[in-house]
Amino acid sequence: MSAADRNRVDRDVRVDWRTCLSLVGAVMVALVVPLLATAGVAVVSGEPPTPFLVTAGLTLVVGLAFGRYERGDLGAREGYLIVALVWLAIAVVGAVPFVLAGNGTLASPVNALFESTSGVTTTGATVVENFDAHGRAVHLWRAILQWMGGLGILVIAVAVLSQLSVGGAQLMETESQTQDVNKLTPSIEQTARLLGGIYAGLTGLMVLSWLALGALGLGSEVTLFDAVAHAFTAVSTAGFSPRAGSLGAFSPAVQWVTIPFMFTGATNFVLLYYLTQGDPSRLLDSDEFRFYAGVVCFLTALTAGFLFVSGQFAAVEPTLRHALFQVVSILTTTGYATVDFNVWSPAAKHVLFLAMFSGGMAGSTTCSIKTLRWIVVVKSFRRDLFTEIHPDAIRPVRLSGRVVDEGVIKDIYAYVLLSVVVFVLLTVFVVTDAARAGVTVDEFTALGAAAATFLNIGPAFGDAGPYGDYAFFPRTTRMAFIVLMWVGRIEIVPVLVLLTPAYWRS
Amino acid sequence: MRVVIVGAGEVGSTIAESLAGSHDVVVVDVDTERVESLTYSLDVLPVEGDGTDVDTLAEADVGDADMLIASTDDDETNIVTCGAAKVLGDAFTIARTKSPKYLKAWERAQGAFGVDFMVCTDLLTAEAIVGLAGLPTAQDVDTFADGLVQMTEFEIPAESPVAGQTVAEADRFDSLTFVGIIRGDEVIVPQGTTELRGGDDVVAIGSPESMRLFSSSIAPEEQGPEDVVIVGGGEIGFQTARLLEERGFTPRLVEQDEDRARWLAEHLPNTTVLNSDATDQDLLERENVGLADVVVAALENDQQNLLGTLLAKRMGADRAIAVVDTGNFTELFEAVGIDVAVSPRKVTAEEITRFTRARRAENVAIIEGDQAEVLEFEVDADSILVDRPIRESAVDFPESVVIGAITRDGEFVTPRGDTVVREGDHVVVFTETDVLETVTEQL
Repeated sequence: MSAADRNRVDRDVRVDWRTCLSLVGAVMVALVVPLLATAGVAVVSGEPPTPFLVTAGLTLVVGLAFGRYERGDLGAREGYLIVALVWLAIAVVGAVPFVLAGNGTLASPVNALFESTSGVTTTGATVVENFDAHGRAVHLWRAILQWMGGLGILVIAVAVLSQLSVGGAQLMETESQTQDVNKLTPSIEQTARLLGGIYAGLTGLMVLSWLALGALGLGSEVTLFDAVAHAFTAVSTAGFSPRAGSLGAFSPAVQWVTIPFMFTGATNFVLLYYLTQGDPSRLLDSDEFRFYAGVVCFLTALTAGFLFVSGQFAAVEPTLRHALFQVVSILTTTGYATVDFNVWSPAAKHVLFLAMFSGGMAGSTTCSIKTLRWIVVVKSFRRDLFTEIHPDAIRPVRLSGRVVDEGVIKDIYAYVLLSVVVFVLLTVFVVTDAARAGVTVDEFTALGAAAATFLNIGPAFGDAGPYGDYAFFPRTTRMAFIVLMWVGRIEIVPVLVLLTPAYWRS
Repeated sequence: MRVVIVGAGEVGSTIAESLAGSHDVVVVDVDTERVESLTYSLDVLPVEGDGTDVDTLAEADVGDADMLIASTDDDETNIVTCGAAKVLGDAFTIARTKSPKYLKAWERAQGAFGVDFMVCTDLLTAEAIVGLAGLPTAQDVDTFADGLVQMTEFEIPAESPVAGQTVAEADRFDSLTFVGIIRGDEVIVPQGTTELRGGDDVVAIGSPESMRLFSSSIAPEEQGPEDVVIVGGGEIGFQTARLLEERGFTPRLVEQDEDRARWLAEHLPNTTVLNSDATDQDLLERENVGLADVVVAALENDQQNLLGTLLAKRMGADRAIAVVDTGNFTELFEAVGIDVAVSPRKVTAEEITRFTRARRAENVAIIEGDQAEVLEFEVDADSILVDRPIRESAVDFPESVVIGAITRDGEFVTPRGDTVVREGDHVVVFTETDVLETVTEQL
């Protein structure tokens, strides 16, 4: 491109896309490391490492090419583009090994991209029909994609989203998030490293506790591979499992031990940092944490009650365990299952459907709407009821003692409304598209699948249930799911911003 | 003693008035007329000029002064004046501030800004209001010895069961001493046989708990107040609400300015802030202000405070406390039905006056109409009290002096005839104003 041409383009486009591409290139170059590691595992397991080596080579070349763009200063505008592009790039790179390996349903490019997007967005919805058709390396790659997705959202949430006015993300600032993070370390880079450290530490702890259970004879079926693959997808609240039976393939002890890791993965990592520094009061005094824990307890009691009434399980322990596990798994947006909850009574199933819309705490790896937004909605609604009786009263909404800005409350209402609208539209699309393609999709399955993908949960109900898969949906529906998993993970707004003409012009 | 007072406003002239008789007083003010009118009524030396200007201070001979009191209406001016005075000499500097923010900094490092003592008018006023709000029938409340001892002036209503009882009958509380009865213009030192009459003001000294008990024996039908409404969200209103919150109340606060109301709501988590005009009858009815136990008016001026509290009283509020800036209005307010009028000027003067005594009292409370004072002293080796039972030393000091309370090592001691006072004890003493000089020397 000649200098004159470049000047003309720059005049029209006000976003520094070169810098964005250059940074995306850097991320792609970094992806070579996990790709090579997976190739190594393939060699050890006696599987062909070629798909991963080839992908690594391609990624390196493309990444280096992008990286050659000149880097300038990053502004808010570039932030939106980077967030959107990074997730897209990892999803595309992640899909390549599946296609190259060419096994089972993952051989089709759409399915490969679905699986990869579901991985990196920490969704956990799968199109794998036969789990044995894929080698260990492919299963490990699925887990690694989710682990990277979880780490990415932690870093992005702190470093980028909190700087942009993404609905509710500024709230992290009022909610003691960014401010305290800034206090503990001066730079975003250091903060990201600290949070990443906690994330890695939790993952390591889970691997060790699974292995310990195996060694103690409480989970004889646990292998090192299982421990690592599940630790990668539990702490990231993502939910892929190399086993067709998900967590149902393991002993009750292993299932019990996994619950706190999913729960912690959906807890605000900044508050976890203070916990590791010997200051549990910040976590325990946080309004949002109490709300989150309260919602988990309430929905668990409800589910256990319905299961007990319908006589699903004979004894008390399995009733409690399965109720708690499923509620935590769905609410934290992980998506494991210890049992096929499809066969539960409608009441219990609908409680799980309700849990899909909660999500865990902001500032964690969780997806969905998040308890932070819900607690603000609840508090501001209660405030509105109060001012109904006392029209002159001024009553700010407080979160853990700090005042929430009225503008932020408005953004949060807008976000919740937007989420519900997108969810309804997606459901309607799923049903109509299935009718067009002649596939039978009942309404509850459509509702479940729309929520499970757009809110990044994973398993839904019906054929897309915990022991089912998404491969039966028409191609167009699967493509819509791919787009909406991506949109949902980066909190809708950055994508919508990219679609406004004003974003690209001055 | 040579005292320089900077600022001849309400507070400055009150202080000048009380000091002019016994000290050399210099008054500095930028306003020529104010300084002139002061010299006509008081024996003070006027200096016209800006107190923050070193030349002006030099003209007032601050270098040789023993004390400088900066009492203008502007916080920053007062602080800078003290700082400038420190450059010229070693006068003891007192700054009056309205906002507690400077007090916060000063309390961390006393002597900061070149200020030796800082008096925060609005905070003191709020403390006085909160003390009064908690005690039905109390007219004046002051705390001594870090809050261990409380002085309260109670008005005995005619229908009170206490009216008609003798002091011995009414005083059923161990850690409480009746130190004075004010009947009209007369101060009576109570004896066991003295009869309490309706309309008397009884001055009692004792533990805060005993004050609450006595208060409920004066007015048994009055429960402790729960519902407090504050009108006016200025600094005094804000501090009052804050202090009430600290004591577990959930007050309501009415503020007219929307931005200020929002600010207040954000800083007072347990207060319901209402954004409205406090004299709007619709609002008062909508919010059931008539059912309130206590209504506090801390609006911008005396007229509004009077109107606000009268409206609330008319609607049925139990008790009305109004802030009165103009000292002379105190009695007028109380005459038209306001239960207590609190004057920021008076509470400020009480704080500052103690530094001007020959021996510095730890705390001073001036009883209504300046007829008597309650003082707190630390007993030193020269005191006539030291190492003697009170029965013996009482013979040596004037009759109109009563020892109300003693604190020893942070513990409350009820003074009885055989109590032996030790060096280092804090005594809280009631004394008539005319024997003040003698008492301060003896004790």
